[in-house]
Amino acid sequence: MMENIYLAIPLAPLIGAIIAGVFGGKIGRTAAHIATIAGVATACVLSFIVLKHIAFDGNTYNETVYTWAATEGIAFNVGFLIDNLTAMMMVVVTFVSLMVHIYTIGYMEHDEHNWPEESLVGRNSYQRFFSYISLFTFSMLMLVMSNNFMQLFFGWEAVGLVSYLLIGFWSTRDTAIFANMKAFLVNRVGDFGFLLGIAAVLMYFGSMDYAEVFAKAPEVVGKTINIYGAAEWSVITVACILLFVGAMGKSAQVPLHVWLPDSMEGPTPISALIHAATMVTAGIFMVARMSPLFELSTTALSFVLIIGSITAFFMGLIGIVQNDIKRVVAYSTLSQLGYMTVALGAGVYGAAVFHLMTHAFFKALLFLAAGSVIIAMHHEQDMRKMGGLKKYMPITYWTSLIGSLALIGFPGFSGFFSKDLIIEAVHESHVPGAHFAYWMVLLGVFVTAFYSFRMFFLVFHGKERMDDHTKHHLKESPWVVTVPLIALAIPAVISGYLLDPMVVGDFFKGAIKGVGEHESLVSEISHHYHGIFPFILHGLSATPFWLAMGGLGSAWFIYMRKPEIAEWFYNKFRWIHTLLDNKYFIDDFNQKIFAGGAVALGKGLWKYGDRMLIDTGLVNDSAGFIKKLAGWSRYLQTGYMYHYAFSMIIGVLALMGWIIYKAG
Amino acid sequence: MAQSMIPLTHFLVIGAILFSVSVAGIFLNRKNMLIILMCIELMLLAVNINFIAFSHFNQDMGGQVFVFFILTVAAAEAAIGLAILVVLFRNRGTINVQELDEMKG
Repeated sequence: MMENIYLAIPLAPLIGAIIAGVFGGKIGRTAAHIATIAGVATACVLSFIVLKHIAFDGNTYNETVYTWAATEGIAFNVGFLIDNLTAMMMVVVTFVSLMVHIYTIGYMEHDEHNWPEESLVGRNSYQRFFSYISLFTFSMLMLVMSNNFMQLFFGWEAVGLVSYLLIGFWSTRDTAIFANMKAFLVNRVGDFGFLLGIAAVLMYFGSMDYAEVFAKAPEVVGKTINIYGAAEWSVITVACILLFVGAMGKSAQVPLHVWLPDSMEGPTPISALIHAATMVTAGIFMVARMSPLFELSTTALSFVLIIGSITAFFMGLIGIVQNDIKRVVAYSTLSQLGYMTVALGAGVYGAAVFHLMTHAFFKALLFLAAGSVIIAMHHEQDMRKMGGLKKYMPITYWTSLIGSLALIGFPGFSGFFSKDLIIEAVHESHVPGAHFAYWMVLLGVFVTAFYSFRMFFLVFHGKERMDDHTKHHLKESPWVVTVPLIALAIPAVISGYLLDPMVVGDFFKGAIKGVGEHESLVSEISHHYHGIFPFILHGLSATPFWLAMGGLGSAWFIYMRKPEIAEWFYNKFRWIHTLLDNKYFIDDFNQKIFAGGAVALGKGLWKYGDRMLIDTGLVNDSAGFIKKLAGWSRYLQTGYMYHYAFSMIIGVLALMGWIIYKAG
Repeated sequence: MAQSMIPLTHFLVIGAILFSVSVAGIFLNRKNMLIILMCIELMLLAVNINFIAFSHFNQDMGGQVFVFFILTVAAAEAAIGLAILVVLFRNRGTINVQELDEMKG
């Protein structure tokens, strides 16, 4: 019974995707979105049933359902591991996905205007879009439900592929093509590490199955590997860092974060679904899933912690100088992913996954709200041309406010619980680098509040800076847009109250492993914990709250009261602005060194390797040599009989002379 | 023996001279194809003299039998060679060796 449900959950969206993708042109728009929404809704309802079955009735499921290929010693299986972690992820993914599906009906309604006239690729783009997002839901479910590395990798690549297709959805725009190529290439770098990590696991653990690998982990602890020179590395550390490189690509951690802001070229619903709520959290999920391995390597955890804290703080700073509404949200996503990574590095995987969940809700909400604003503004995304939208779009306004408060961690909203928990945990952590990480995430709170409310005030308050034509058409978005906003606003507030059972309690016991030092870390936090309301009250007097309020207040003061401060600061510290505006020049660096280097290398190989060495040298020159040789030797053929006779006689004489000489 | 008045060396020398003359004839002649044919015949005769000389001095009749074979073959060869020459002349209107350089590379 349950096994059929587990199978139905990923397959329902896949069927929807196939119907909308293959027959989209025949069945038309309405049938396509009904088919896909029905698929995802089925998956969502079943996921809730699974959550009840697993989390409340206390079951776990770990079975192989299909063997795809078997070679000597290794089997490539399709199997499901359903425990509390998986069940929670399934609910988050399918719920957010369902909301995004519904929202898409409104957002993509006039998609034909986004294509050039008579464009062939623009035909049936509406159905195609639905097919892609359903396919994404399928891929993501395969990823989280997997019980082995092979299927994890399949899901990992499949979400990457869908992400590529969706970023470049408006394929007639050069910027979209550039962005999806960039996302694809940067993810290849991460996936290369991920694949090496899986290979390392397979080599030393001899299995792809999670349960077997984790069971064997203690045996592998002492083993070392020789990578370069004489240095010996711990196998676990190497495998964990390689796997984390994969997570860095997918979850956009420095320095592989460059693709995520550019991915905003795609339509807004997928920015919400893929590049904020679900796919980018795949790396976080993966590390949490691999917690029994990461627990065994403090070096790997320290690496994770440092990368995460750098991402959390420095990417947040860039958010301050962005003017594109979607890009602000994108940089806040980067920063929040950094927070989750920090939690992983500190060894509190439960807190990371908890933040993943709350973030999925409020970030999807923020993105969809941004999309709602973009619809109203006729696809204008520059915040400098907005302002005062509050009175035109009340539902969007209030839901954005909820999302922003949740994002900055205002007490009582979901983000408060998860973020406070992370900061607290990092403060208590003894992983090397935790002190640095603590300051990064603490300052990050101020930055987060500052850019979030800078955006909020610029969009919804203040002078109305749009042109008259746009202003005349401003109105609240249709119900298909506002209903998902409201539906997401509810968990954006209340999901934080799951703190009690999820992190402090033993919800993730068995699914996520915290041993040794980190076990005590969690219990220490639990020790200070005396129920949800004392936690809120404590939060009101703690540093992060005052930092958040400081950020909110200064955003209000600077952008609402005294814009000349921003002006003054811009003139005084122009180099900071330049640095942030150019995203620390990482893009330029990549563009010049890696992209330029690859192009130069390709050109060099083409010019010297292909044209000079192979074409000219090996092919043409060898033919030319034969031609020359033949040219010389043809002069031997004079055509005169006495020359031939002469050479014959000489030959006979030489032969005879040689024979006589040998005989003598 | 009475015949042994003339030693073997003389026969061999005259055979060698005849052979050298015919080789020189092939090389030096730049004019007439017929002369080349004649030189080849002369070459065979030089060989025949060697055969007969050795046959006589070794008291082995096999050498003289061979001479008959060679004479026969030479006659046939001369006939064929002259026939080719006639055809060649018909086609090209000349048997001047210097002009026969069709095979020139």
